[in-house]
Amino acid sequence: MKIPPRVIPVLQLSDGFLVKTTKFGNPRYIGDPINAVKILNDKGVDELVLCDLDASAGRSSIDYELLADIASEAFMPVGYGGAVSSAAVARRIVELGIEKVIINSLVERDPVELEAIASTIGTQSVVASVDVSKGLMGRRSARIRGGSEQSRYDPVGFARLAVEHGAGEVLVHSIDRDGAMGGYDLESIEAIAKAVDVPVVALGGAASDSDFSAALAAGASAVAAGSRFVFHGRRKAVLITYPDQSTIRRL
Amino acid sequence: MSTIGIVDYGVGNVGSLTNMFRHLGAEVQLCRTAEDLKDSEKLVLPGVGAFDHAMRQLASHELLEPLRDYGASGAPLLGICLGMQLLLDRSEEGDLDGLGLIPGESKRFANDGAGKLRVPQMGWNTVSPAHPSPLFSGLESDNRFYFVHSYYVSCADREDDLGLTTYGRPFTSMVQRGNVVGMQFHPEKSHTFGMRLLTNWMTM
Repeated sequence: MKIPPRVIPVLQLSDGFLVKTTKFGNPRYIGDPINAVKILNDKGVDELVLCDLDASAGRSSIDYELLADIASEAFMPVGYGGAVSSAAVARRIVELGIEKVIINSLVERDPVELEAIASTIGTQSVVASVDVSKGLMGRRSARIRGGSEQSRYDPVGFARLAVEHGAGEVLVHSIDRDGAMGGYDLESIEAIAKAVDVPVVALGGAASDSDFSAALAAGASAVAAGSRFVFHGRRKAVLITYPDQSTIRRL
Repeated sequence: MSTIGIVDYGVGNVGSLTNMFRHLGAEVQLCRTAEDLKDSEKLVLPGVGAFDHAMRQLASHELLEPLRDYGASGAPLLGICLGMQLLLDRSEEGDLDGLGLIPGESKRFANDGAGKLRVPQMGWNTVSPAHPSPLFSGLESDNRFYFVHSYYVSCADREDDLGLTTYGRPFTSMVQRGNVVGMQFHPEKSHTFGMRLLTNWMTM
């Protein structure tokens, strides 16, 4: 039996609540994270990603208690991103019952520590998020610190650096398309999928199943989305949905 | 529904497992002492991490003999992930003896063979029944479970193989010897498939 592609909801946390951003800003309140996880459990979701926006931006420290609660509620593997800055932090997160950590700024700030994380919890548990933005000149750059700073590296360079230092998976996250539901940044997905050997996950802009198919065709091994799973309709009413298995198999 | 005991010996997060059993309608009790084990009509031994560390933790909680006795009593005992590996005699991963309830040992996946095999196996995979069993009701084909492991069990008695999975090579992913059952994957992280399997186990 061929295993269907992974379709991964991404939940953003701020101050203990679920929110949804647009271009990494303007967080809109969605609801209670535990409740969302319970709903996703019932829908047979394969994998879940949690991003703590406050921790990422340095506004707060990691909410280990909330993570432990979410890990206990989730009937599927969970990945966490936000201020994962050391091997000790990574180990603590994994011991709470979270399967993967997602790192971003650390790739540039301290690649040696990234290696330490990978040897502590295993490369398969380390995901590097490449946050991509097209500048005014139309050229793509990688960004760090929750999108607030420009990286020295371009997206492909950033991805390669991360994988060289132990990331077992790369998340290609488009800042520009975040929350816009106007389709993925297929060019970045394709370029990075060609440049690294590890699985690539697409994120930022998905609106429909055809967006998922396009990302998979561009070289992504898995597709992730935020708005697509928490909003419904033109008015973006909050409603948690997830495609059924037969739809996922046909992607 | 009966009371499911989950051995809580300081190894890993028992949260998801507790919640899944409750979700399935069972009463759950965390078992930290030999007395707690006696109250359980069915017992689950979870486990994540290193073999010797887990055996040492069981020893310090004075649970080794009580677990062996429980296994010999005929009451249902389920080992999950490292918990399954602890049921056997020993593991390549460590120096200490296992519980010895199922003859055999655990071995490490080798990074050899055609194409690099990434170790640990971390991801979804399927289980094929080695022989028919009520445990597979509703799961005979088209199942998948979440695996995270570097070691796999090798039973001395092939009759104890209950389920097989392929990762580079075929390996035993489920075992059963009388009342003692083991699962290499995490049913508590395998949502609907895990729920079905655990429901089947509870009605054994």
